[in-house]
Amino acid sequence: MFDLERWQEIFETISKNKLRTFLTGLSVASGIFILVILLGIGEGMKNGIEREFQGDAANAIFVYPGVTTKEYKGLNPGRRIQLKNDDFEYTSAENKSELEFKSAVFRIFGGMVTFENESGSYRVEGVYPDYQFLENSSMVSGRFLNNRDVEESTKIVVLGNRVKMDLFKDSNDVLGKYVEISGIKFKVVGVYTDPGGEREESRVFVPITTAQKVFSGGNDINSLSYTLKAKETYEEALAASNNFTSKLETYLKGKHTIAPSDNSAIYINNMLENTKRFYDLIGMIKMFFWGVGICTIIAGVVGVSNIMLIIVKERTREIGVRKALGAQPLSIIGMVLHESIFVTSFAGLTGLIMGLVLLDFVGPMIQTDFIYNPTVNFNVALSTVVILIVAGAVAGFFPAYRAARIKPIIALRDE
Amino acid sequence: MITIKDLHKSYKTGNNSLHVLKGINFNVAEGELVSIMGSSGSGKSTLLNILGMLDEADTGSYTLDGVAIKNLNEKIAARYRNKFLGFIFQSFNLINYKSALDNVALPLYYQGMKRSERMDRAEAYLEKVGLAQWMDHLPNQLSGGQKQRVAIARALASDPKVLLADEPTGALDTKTSYEVMDLIQQINDEGRTILIVTHEPDIAQMTKRIVNLKDGLIIDDTKVNQVRALQNV
Repeated sequence: MFDLERWQEIFETISKNKLRTFLTGLSVASGIFILVILLGIGEGMKNGIEREFQGDAANAIFVYPGVTTKEYKGLNPGRRIQLKNDDFEYTSAENKSELEFKSAVFRIFGGMVTFENESGSYRVEGVYPDYQFLENSSMVSGRFLNNRDVEESTKIVVLGNRVKMDLFKDSNDVLGKYVEISGIKFKVVGVYTDPGGEREESRVFVPITTAQKVFSGGNDINSLSYTLKAKETYEEALAASNNFTSKLETYLKGKHTIAPSDNSAIYINNMLENTKRFYDLIGMIKMFFWGVGICTIIAGVVGVSNIMLIIVKERTREIGVRKALGAQPLSIIGMVLHESIFVTSFAGLTGLIMGLVLLDFVGPMIQTDFIYNPTVNFNVALSTVVILIVAGAVAGFFPAYRAARIKPIIALRDE
Repeated sequence: MITIKDLHKSYKTGNNSLHVLKGINFNVAEGELVSIMGSSGSGKSTLLNILGMLDEADTGSYTLDGVAIKNLNEKIAARYRNKFLGFIFQSFNLINYKSALDNVALPLYYQGMKRSERMDRAEAYLEKVGLAQWMDHLPNQLSGGQKQRVAIARALASDPKVLLADEPTGALDTKTSYEVMDLIQQINDEGRTILIVTHEPDIAQMTKRIVNLKDGLIIDDTKVNQVRALQNV
C-alpha cells in the first residue's frame, strides 16, 4: 500500500487512461453523493419534526372531554361531558407526589381583544401559573401569572408575542397598559413566546379564577394538563406516564359515569407516547434512506466491478507480458486492487465532499416545516468513507483474482 | 546450460488428446545460438513455452543452469522466469502506454530494484541496442525494427541466462530482420545463450545450430556455418 513504486505504476496507468478512470469514478462519486444528500435530508426531517414537537413539554399529558357514545347505567349516549374544578383539584391532590406541573384550562374561543384602535379575535385561556411550563413558553418581557393572581382573581393578562405585535405594533411600551377582553379591562403583565410558533403565540392567558368569574364559567373547565416528575430512563418515564393516564382515565370515567369502553368521552393525549411514535417514524425514515443509499452504493460497486473486469480483459495481454517478465500473481492482484481502491476512494471522497458542500450551502435555504438544518454528522461521513474503501476492495478483488489466474501463455496468445 | 530428457506433452481438446511432444532429448551448452525449425504443428512453440516455463511438460525432465525445473507453482515460475530467462516475441509485446525506457525497466521492477538504479540500467541497455535517443517514445511512435530492439533490450535488462525468441523477425521486412539478427548475433558473441524459434531458413542459417522438429520429434540436429547478418544488410 505504501510502496512508492506501486503508486508510480498506478498513476502511470491512470494518467494514460483518463476517460476510463473518469467514468469508473463517476459512478462511485454519484453513489456517495446521493447517499450523503439522502442522509442529510433524513437528518433534516428529524430536525424538522423535532422542532414541531418542541411546542409543548415533551412529557405533557392533556385531557379533553368529549361526547359519550355508549349507554351506561341508564344514561343515554350523546351526553356531553363537562369537566369541573373538582376534577382538577382531586386528581392533583391524589397524585401530588408524582406530578411536576399541573393546570386546568378554561377556554374562550374568539375572545375579542382590543387596545385603543387595534383589535383582534384570539383564544383566551384561563390557566394556573404552571401552564407556562406545560406549554414550554418563555417570557419576552414582564412575568407570567402567579398564584396570587389566581387566589385573588386579579384582572391581569399575559399576551402572546403575536397578539402583542398585532395590537401594539412595534411599541415596546406594553407592560402596565390595559387591554379590553370582550369589553372588560385587563392589565398587561407580560409577553411570552412559544417554540410552537405563531399559532401558539396567538393566545392570551388570564388567571383561571378570573376567567371563570368574568366570562361566567362557573366551575367549568375545558381541559386538564399535567407533566410527571422526571425519571432516570425513557422506559421508566413512559411506564409512569402510561400508569398515570390509565389511573386518570379510570377516575374520570367513574366520576362522570362513562362506560369504561367508551373512548370518545375522554381524550387523553400523552405526548410521551406520541414522541415515541415519532421517533420510531424518524428511525424508519432514516433506515429507509440508509437502505436506498446503500443500494445506490452497491450499484456503484457493481459498476466499478464491471468496469474493472473489462479493464482486466483489455489488459490481459499486458498481464501476460508482465507475468512473462517475472510478475508474481500477488503483484498482479495488488496492481488491480490498488488501482480500484484508489479510484473508488478518490471518487468517493470527491462525491462526499460535494454532497457536504451542497448540504452546507443549500441546507439553510430550505424553507419548509418538515426539513430543518439538513446536515450529516462526522460519524456518518466517516462510516461512508469506510464503506467506500471496503467497496473499492470488493469491486477490485474479483477482477484482480481473475487477472492473477490468467496463464501467461494464454494471455500472450490473446489478440 | 539446458538439458531436456524424454519430454512429453499432450493437450486435451474435448475428448481427444493431442500428443504434441513425443519424447524430446535436447541439450544446449552455454554460449550457443540455436534455431528451432519446423512446420506449424511440429511442436516448436510448445517446446519453447516449456523452456520458457510458460507451460509445463507432462513427463520428462528439464534442467536449466543446474536447477531442476519441476513442480512449479505460479510464484516460483515467475521468479525463475525473471531470474533465468529473457523473452523476445514476434509481436514485440511492449506495453503500449509505457515509454521505451519504462518498458525496458519493467523486469527490473519485478526484481525489486530501486527506481533510479533500474532507470540507469534500462538506459544502458537501450544505448546498447542503439535507441538511447528514443527512450522517451511510446511504442506506437517507433518502427517495427525499433520495437523489436526495445524488446531485446528489455529481455537483456534482467541479465538472464538464456534468451528465448519466438519468431523474432516474423513481423519484420527482410532488411530489418537482418538488422535484428545482427543485434542477436552480437549479443551471442558476448557469450549469451540464445534459442530462436523460426520457420525462415535464411534466419536459421544465421544461427550456429539448427534443430528440426517434425510431429513432436527431433528429426535433425546439425551445426551450421554461421552466416553473418551484417553481410546481407
